[in-house]
Amino acid sequence: MANENETKMEETLEGTTLFNVPFPKKLDAQTLAFLKQMSPIIVKYPYQINYLHSYGQDSPFFAGLANKVFLGCRDAETGYTYANPRGHDMVTGQETEWVRLPDEGHVHAFTVCHFGSEAFLPQCPFVLILVEFEGANTLFLSRLMGVDPNQASLDWIGMKVKARYLRNSKFQPTDVYFVPAET
Amino acid sequence: MRPVYAVSGGVSKFAKARPDKTFPAVIKEAYDYAIADLGLEFRPFTELVDGSVASYFSDHFARQLMAGIMAQDYLGLCPKPSHRVEGGGATGGICFQEAWKAVASGYMDICVAYGFETMSHVETWKGNEFIALASDVSFDYPVGGFYSGYYAMMVTRHMKEFGTTVEQLAHVSVKNYTHALYNPYAQKSQRISIQDVRNAPMVAWPLTRLDICVMSDGAAATILASEEGLKKLEQAGAHVTRPLVKVSGIGRGTDAMRMADRPHQSYDDFMRYNALPHEVNSDETRAYYKRLWDKGFRYPGVHSFRAGRMAGKEACKMAQVNDPLKELDFIELHDAYTSSEIQTYEDMGLCRYGEGGPFAASGKAFMPGVEYGLNLPEKPICPVNPSGGLIACGHPVGATGLMQAVFAIWQLQGTIKKHFKSPVLQIKNAQRGAIHSHAGTGTYVTVSILEREG
Repeated sequence: MANENETKMEETLEGTTLFNVPFPKKLDAQTLAFLKQMSPIIVKYPYQINYLHSYGQDSPFFAGLANKVFLGCRDAETGYTYANPRGHDMVTGQETEWVRLPDEGHVHAFTVCHFGSEAFLPQCPFVLILVEFEGANTLFLSRLMGVDPNQASLDWIGMKVKARYLRNSKFQPTDVYFVPAET
Repeated sequence: MRPVYAVSGGVSKFAKARPDKTFPAVIKEAYDYAIADLGLEFRPFTELVDGSVASYFSDHFARQLMAGIMAQDYLGLCPKPSHRVEGGGATGGICFQEAWKAVASGYMDICVAYGFETMSHVETWKGNEFIALASDVSFDYPVGGFYSGYYAMMVTRHMKEFGTTVEQLAHVSVKNYTHALYNPYAQKSQRISIQDVRNAPMVAWPLTRLDICVMSDGAAATILASEEGLKKLEQAGAHVTRPLVKVSGIGRGTDAMRMADRPHQSYDDFMRYNALPHEVNSDETRAYYKRLWDKGFRYPGVHSFRAGRMAGKEACKMAQVNDPLKELDFIELHDAYTSSEIQTYEDMGLCRYGEGGPFAASGKAFMPGVEYGLNLPEKPICPVNPSGGLIACGHPVGATGLMQAVFAIWQLQGTIKKHFKSPVLQIKNAQRGAIHSHAGTGTYVTVSILEREG
């Protein structure tokens, strides 16, 4: 068995932000009871992870965006068409088919985000829209560029918009965004 | 199913941060209060309680998996049965209903439902990011994941389609913050005006900071019992408040995760599946809806919560409520946003779809005897969020639905004065109330109806 005095965990400085706090030198009943009044110790540490996220059966949608093609999904039996990829229809339960959707649509609803999640704070203010397409039964969430975010107006609803695609695809839904279309 | 009674509850003080205690210790504040309110000591109650259901939303906030068992352990409930439930913002409401099921089914005679959230462990905008992960991470989150943004899109559609105004939205904020002046559990109370709401910093147009609830640390607990459970509690010396509060109806609904995917149902399908009995039975309302559909209205669209409608419909059917506005004395409603309170008036059938804005400013959802500084044209009928709701009380997600249950129990027991140290928020002769818990963009919604017996 190892000598008790020689058995030690290795000391490093990694992760330490606080090295000591005041503490009673003599531990008697009074000082132990006094510990109830101690302020909480709060430590800070980073938490970062890289995920490997598969788009699975929805992958052709992102491949389409990288090639400037906007794809939706259609149920063969009913013709119900989703502007968001969906592998199976919610009514028939059948596998859907890929269809090409138009590059033009209309704003169904919008907002201007003046704040946002931490990841998007640097992009504020930005405009979110739900786009409706001719021939599609559901909507698509996207960004609207080319309007003044400080001049938000309900008149934006119904505005004709046109898809634009990033040249350098990031394989994200933001590879497509919309701008006001000339009428 | 056998009768289930909500016999007691407790709520920790909701605060922006509770670094003074770990989350199990914050839950214990609420749990101990619920036991003490029965007049029982800790040990005899522990002997009697059959098990629990734990409620918390996000593993990210605490960075602790299996937090439920840590609470179970800290509360001294091991080795009794327990499980954790999760359903976004509706987690607390789901927890309450799962505890109800445990008792109603005969599995347990006494079940405690407890819940918590500690949202202060990250900064506000990181917290918003965690919450936004409750949207589709392939298609919604990367576009600008932000729940206030999602709700603001619903608002612009509601405004465009029905003429709803931002001032009507602000009535909800004024009402709920005013109620919180008399609720010591509320995180934030203030006397504000419509103009204050509009002048607050814009978060997601047209929603300002005062249209949106805040993040919180907090916990809540409720104790449910069967008739056998009541006997056991009283034989052990508990003083169960009479008249009893019975859970007379539960309902739950769901909808598509992506708001963009919400179907657009026809008028016939709406009348067949979603309309409430008092709507179906009214020639005028059927004609009103027909006119809406003729103008292009589609249901649920992005302006309405089909899950909320179905939850309310199911709960009302079970509780034999035919006209919620006339037959409910109050609702504790999931007002994460002023706009979602207005949308939910419509889902719950307090008014027709499209009429939520005028209803909000009418006065019908306000408390009698409270001065709001507003000119309200009509008298209160069914006060909504007499506690101050999420907007003022805060929204520690896993605790929120249970907080609503506790406040509803106290309303129906007539013990608001005892717990709030003020009688102002006590609804006189409250016989029946509803609690409404809501997740995501309306993905999971629960409605539970509680009634005073006798």
